[in-house]
Amino acid sequence: MAEHGETPSQTVGPYFSMRLGGAGQNVLAEAGVPGERIRIEGTVLDGDGVHIEDALIEIWQANAGGRYRHPDDIRGEIALDDGFVGFGRAETEFATGGYWFETIKPGPVPDAEGEFQAPHINVVVQARGMLTPVFTRIYFSDEDEANRQDQVLNQVPRERRHTLVARLDEASRDPSVYRFDVVFQGGGETVFFDF
Amino acid sequence: MTDPIVTHYGPKAYDDHPPFRYPDYKSTVKRSPEMDMVHIVQTLSETSGPGPAWAEVAEEDADLTTNAGTGGEAIGERIIVTGRVLDENGEPLPGTLLEIWQANACGGYSHWRETAFPAPLDPNFLGVGQCITDEEGVYRFTTIKPGPYPWGNHPNAWRPAHIHFSLMGPAWGSRLVTQLYFQGDPLLPLDPIYNGVPAHSRERLIAAYDHDVTVENWALGWRWDIVLRGSAATPFEEDH
Repeated sequence: MAEHGETPSQTVGPYFSMRLGGAGQNVLAEAGVPGERIRIEGTVLDGDGVHIEDALIEIWQANAGGRYRHPDDIRGEIALDDGFVGFGRAETEFATGGYWFETIKPGPVPDAEGEFQAPHINVVVQARGMLTPVFTRIYFSDEDEANRQDQVLNQVPRERRHTLVARLDEASRDPSVYRFDVVFQGGGETVFFDF
Repeated sequence: MTDPIVTHYGPKAYDDHPPFRYPDYKSTVKRSPEMDMVHIVQTLSETSGPGPAWAEVAEEDADLTTNAGTGGEAIGERIIVTGRVLDENGEPLPGTLLEIWQANACGGYSHWRETAFPAPLDPNFLGVGQCITDEEGVYRFTTIKPGPYPWGNHPNAWRPAHIHFSLMGPAWGSRLVTQLYFQGDPLLPLDPIYNGVPAHSRERLIAAYDHDVTVENWALGWRWDIVLRGSAATPFEEDH
């Protein structure tokens, strides 16, 4: 297999938004797509707690019924939704390091045993100054019961699980607004996955 | 219960990739995790991904010398960059979207961000393009050879000429953003971004000049294959 070794990763650099993460790529659901409208906002922070002005956040999620638009999701009994791919991209704002997505809350998808996972959004983060991407997940603070049962969350040390849970702004309505920061270092370092 | 996963992926070859922290590339120091990654069992969330659906909605836009839409042609050394996208098992990956961005022939990016380097911009060159692999996994771009440019990492630091490549791949875990470099570039041994890759796998980022790709009276040809993390090889056979 040596002749087919993985091509190594390189940084996205400072100019990725020429192609990736431009306007509109952070709105995932067209009008009329079924599901609960949500907005996710947050900030990407470096090891000094300083915002990262040039990070690329990409998300991948199931639709409201819990189906991924992918050939390996063979659960044909769950409909795909027109106008919803389930993929979004955002570049952080230069002045603030902030990002946001508007989407719908994903439905439950199966875990490795065929039980349901808690609703979650898959996240990959890259930036100038990162040679290799990091993978994480967004869970939802108003899904306590499902989060407690979640196979993946239960593989995370208990004291770090909170870094994966987006906090609902209780005052927000349609869309519900959740806050999810990505923190690279320090006590609140976000959990990053190897899989 | 039955395993709902159709395709299992082998472990990511971390030893072939750069580390998160590589102090010669100074920005990595504060932008790298300090804690160990948490290993999780793959689920459909990791083994699916946007690649196939994203490629379906994309349009081919693979000639960067004309895609500014001005009616004019980009200035610089016209080149063809082609190769195959494969997985680790050597299987071609058809229907894979490649998105690229690059500097112009003078080392300037058409990006709003300010830089101290006074590279002229070319109104006929956007520096972005995309291509979808064919049935054999082959992609092909026509573009301009990008120029090197200085950056602030250390005194008199210059990036070797490079083209940024982004591929979603078949699964979330096969996401790859990387850079193509050109064989024989004297700046490569001086570049901490390139040198961040372990010595044994670094040359996988170098496109080779290929005279069979070169088109007479038109453009020089460069060949570069890309290998994405693949499905786990044949499942272990049970003893009989």
